[in-house]
Amino acid sequence: MTQDSPISFPLPDPPTLYHPAPLLSELREHRPVAQVAFPDGKLAWLVTRHADVRTVLIDSRFSRALATGEDMPQMGLGSLANESLIAKDPPEHTRLRRLVARAFTARRVEELRPRVATVVSDLIAGLRKQPQPANLVEHFSLPLPVQVICDLLGVPATDRDRFHGWSDAAMGNWERDQDVMAGAFISLGGYFMELIEAKRAAPADDLMSALIAARDDDDRLSEEELITMGIGLLIGGHETTANQINMFLLTLLEHPEQLEWLKANPGRLDVAVEELMRFTQLGSSTASLIRVTTEPVELSGVTIPAGQAVMPAIGAANRDPGVFTDPDRLDLGRAENPHIGFGAGVHHCLGAQLARMELQEALRGLLTELPDLRVAVPDSELRFKPTMIVRSVEELPVVWS
Amino acid sequence: MTWRLRVDREACIGSGMCAGAVPEAFDLDADGKSRPVREEINPDQDVLDAAVSCPVEAIAVLGRDGEEIPWD
Repeated sequence: MTQDSPISFPLPDPPTLYHPAPLLSELREHRPVAQVAFPDGKLAWLVTRHADVRTVLIDSRFSRALATGEDMPQMGLGSLANESLIAKDPPEHTRLRRLVARAFTARRVEELRPRVATVVSDLIAGLRKQPQPANLVEHFSLPLPVQVICDLLGVPATDRDRFHGWSDAAMGNWERDQDVMAGAFISLGGYFMELIEAKRAAPADDLMSALIAARDDDDRLSEEELITMGIGLLIGGHETTANQINMFLLTLLEHPEQLEWLKANPGRLDVAVEELMRFTQLGSSTASLIRVTTEPVELSGVTIPAGQAVMPAIGAANRDPGVFTDPDRLDLGRAENPHIGFGAGVHHCLGAQLARMELQEALRGLLTELPDLRVAVPDSELRFKPTMIVRSVEELPVVWS
Repeated sequence: MTWRLRVDREACIGSGMCAGAVPEAFDLDADGKSRPVREEINPDQDVLDAAVSCPVEAIAVLGRDGEEIPWD
């Protein structure tokens, strides 16, 4: 490949679900900071080495707030990427994040574990009653995180069907479905305005009530920030987790010897989930949301001028042979695993600890209660929602005996 | 009045949350774990917000007598 010409982005889809596009490995080795061109001609720098990606995610010279400008390439997510926590820089970001951070600490999440284990068991009992093949997305991978985040936020169970369609639409393809996505955000906003009024009248022991108190008693956030926070937590709380449950299962079935190891070593579930986080490609592009340089920054010998878009390729960084031994091998017992599957820096996934625990309990439940669970169709028949950030399986037909 | 800053290395998962939010107060060592740039700092709301935002509650902000500075 020539050093100077920008590479077309998105990159061609990888040939399998289980590895990043081969071009990404080539870039990481030979052109770790490569200029890419979006279909509309906008340019960005694609960063693929672990150390560089961590720098882009952590170093305050890379701004998320500047990336929301009209002149910047858009990676999807629309309003969510441009208005919620992920759109802000410190100190404004920290002011808002601290209001919700305490609900998601490792300690608080551990308190929720028994409840999550019960939800897992109940869902598996329901799944067993379905005719086979049954859709795991509908009966397990989606309802589990939806129920957990709704409990946490204080969203009534009876409202879940209402918002699911909007939430689904809100995670569409921004290039293709802007109107549908924008409409979904308006509907979700309307829903949260109603919910907030109901909770103002009757506060409960939940996160939305706590946020309302932070607004009404201490003026720590605006009404609009309150609504956007609710939407962000609701969507962030289930779309990615649901998809990781599907992808983790597919990955384990693709590596039967590793699956057997895990069944024989249930005590290592925590380590296994970290390796699955490292190995699994969250989206087909593997790139996370764009940052913009606030001043010239040098990465791997390339100076990126100020004001330019930079894309951290987390999926490529998680396969960096300079950091991970035999990086393309799934090794569930991997000891040294500084993966950045949850990102890093101020936007490090707010729900990381919660997601870890949900994923551990989901796998524990599936592997012990349905030990011969299998996917009923070949990978080539799986359909994915076309988003750049999160690759969502639409339906996952499964069978068991 | 100065504050004292501590990071529990055992608990730290190297999320980079604090170092990203307040690089004047926290940086990351070769293992990617956080440490205070200086142990004694002037009172700073941003540092307190970063401590509250740590996903594993690894940051302690202490007053001169060793008592925890209240978060609010």
